[in-house]
Amino acid sequence: MKVLVGVKRVIDYNVQVRVRPDHSDVDLTNTKMAMNPFCEIAVEEALRLKERGVASEIVAVSIGPKAAQEQLRTALALGADRAIHVESENRLDSLEVAQVLARLVAEEQPGLVILGKQAIDSDNNQTGQMLAALTGMGQGTFASRLEVTDGEVRVTREVDGGLRTLALRLPAVITTDLRLNEPRHARLPDIMKAKKKPIDSRGIDTFGLAASGYLRLERVETPAARQGGSKVASVDELVDKLKHEAKVL
Amino acid sequence: MSTLIVVEHRDGALAASTAHVVAAARALGAEVDLLVAGEGIDAVAAAAARLDGVRAVLTADHAVYAYQLAEPMAALIVACVDNYSHLLAAASSSGKDILPRVAALKGVPQISDIIAIEAPDTFKRPIYAGSAIATLSNHAPLKVVSVRTSAFDAVAETGSAEIRALDIVVDNTLSTFVGDELATSRGPELGSARVIVSGGRGLGSGENFKLLDGVAAKLGAAIGASRAAVDAGYASNDLQVGQTGKVVAPDLYIAVGISGAIQHLAGMKDSKVIVAINQDEEAPIFGIADYGLVGDLFEVIPALESRL
Ligand SMILES: Cc1cc2nc3c(=O)[nH]c(=O)nc-3n(C[C@H](O)[C@H](O)[C@H](O)COP(=O)(O)OP(=O)(O)OC[C@H]3O[C@@H](n4cnc5c(N)ncnc54)[C@H](O)[C@@H]3O)c2cc1C
Ligand SMILES: Cc1cc2nc3c(=O)[nH]c(=O)nc-3n(C[C@H](O)[C@H](O)[C@H](O)COP(=O)(O)OP(=O)(O)OC[C@H]3O[C@@H](n4cnc5c(N)ncnc54)[C@H](O)[C@@H]3O)c2cc1C
Repeated sequence: MKVLVGVKRVIDYNVQVRVRPDHSDVDLTNTKMAMNPFCEIAVEEALRLKERGVASEIVAVSIGPKAAQEQLRTALALGADRAIHVESENRLDSLEVAQVLARLVAEEQPGLVILGKQAIDSDNNQTGQMLAALTGMGQGTFASRLEVTDGEVRVTREVDGGLRTLALRLPAVITTDLRLNEPRHARLPDIMKAKKKPIDSRGIDTFGLAASGYLRLERVETPAARQGGSKVASVDELVDKLKHEAKVL
Repeated sequence: MSTLIVVEHRDGALAASTAHVVAAARALGAEVDLLVAGEGIDAVAAAAARLDGVRAVLTADHAVYAYQLAEPMAALIVACVDNYSHLLAAASSSGKDILPRVAALKGVPQISDIIAIEAPDTFKRPIYAGSAIATLSNHAPLKVVSVRTSAFDAVAETGSAEIRALDIVVDNTLSTFVGDELATSRGPELGSARVIVSGGRGLGSGENFKLLDGVAAKLGAAIGASRAAVDAGYASNDLQVGQTGKVVAPDLYIAVGISGAIQHLAGMKDSKVIVAINQDEEAPIFGIADYGLVGDLFEVIPALESRL
């Protein structure tokens, strides 16, 4: 079974973004970038499926600027067999990303597609569900456990009340949650070897998608800062302040 | 212009989030209809019909909608959304699962997790773990929007909307329900609690984590947790507060043994009053706390419990 994994290039989760003074967007110049943490979990799960003999080939896909090839190299160093880069300098919305992925699904015919549940820049949490819709597949979102059996995948999902398990007919789309696994790090020799693995790079224009222009980013602002920093010296003072100053007890 | 809301319910009860989504829908200024799908949903539909400002409650009662799986739910919504300009749901695990599937089937984008409505086509939402707020306009014929419920006050329950049964049955060969392992929560629900006591890695173990129960019981509080506490198994996954967990805004949030990483703050910094208890006076959580107490939680928590 072939597994397709989504790899998005995003700001490193440790870095705090700054809003541009003209409020047109955030400023990402010279910002440290990385693979979206939920995509790292997706790659790791694909690797484990391969180690268990369930997956035979892992194809990593990234849609984004030329530099997104860095994240694909990371995926290859971790153990993905090959990579597809769809080059786009423009920002795409989740639906457009899902449309590109749907074309690649038609081409590659994977048995399973694993994406992250959300990208930590947009925090959209949409792409996997949209891809499942466009390809007519079932979806197992926010997965914390996967078990592939004959023609079926059992997915345990992190939901508001606890955990829910579903059985999905294959092929299916999975989106990863934090507890699915703990991703490994790439080893230096593998990073060197990954430089020789193939990346199939194509322009987004070869997909012939018509831009809908439905979404427009009007403005980006810094949220009002919270006034904090006051300290109390004792539990008694805390209880007193909560009762008489904040009036929340 | 009119709005359809996908109603969430569990164990025959309407989810508290619905009243908040209706408030957001009313801010759009159009008629509001609710869609309740499930199996055996009369009580849920009746409760939904009492929400203020609702025109009609549409029901789809059939076994295929039991557990509200995304595949049949999306097919149902696609079949009944044609006359609406807006489709809304809570940005809960269920809304996040279902709504983007509908948007893609309709060929339109979605705006996730809105915190304000500027105009019927213009919305504000946090991005980058709440480090920035984006204003986006949506020019699609159907505007699909998920709502951060903590940002909208619930509507009252004095209404009496008409309830209308839909006769739409879809089939689902893609997914089947296997089982639920629902956490047994002792206190109020995290999403609607007035007070939350949240624990982090500083608690040190699942056994120690129970230390928070006493304070929570005295305050009538819900229990929350940081990702580190959930990852370590001290608390169940549905208690995680933050960018990639639940977003809450109670009157009082007490963070115990939590350092205050930006991903955690994204889920609680809109709380009215924040208390931080941490032994490291440099912990970033103190920067946003109204009342910080530097100390060992294993001394502070029992003392706090005895004084409440
Ligand atoms: C300020 C701002 C606000 C925005 N608001 C919206 C909005 O409200 N609605 C909207 O539709 N778009 C919005 N966008 C655009 C959004 O950032 C991009 O559309 C994004 O690349 C698309 O999906 P996502 O990463 O948000 O997907 P998510 O659904 O959050 O990502 C989930 C997973 O999908 C896969 N994936 C996503 N993108 C890629 C990719 N490029 N390559 C490979 N795999 C990928 C990854 O596995 C990822 O983990 C906004 C952008 C900005 C800067
Ligand atoms: C993709 C991604 C998503 C994430 N999503 C979330 C999210 O949704 N929610 C979330 O919370 N985190 C999230 N995180 C993790 C986040 O970055 C932090 O790692 C996490 O919040 C830390 O949890 P903590 O504060 O409990 O632990 P730590 O940072 O280890 O802090 C523990 C604190 O306890 C204090 N302490 C220890 N012992 C005592 C004592 N005896 N008395 C008093 N204080 C004590 C210490 O001084 C310290 O400040 C995410 C990370 C990533 C990469």
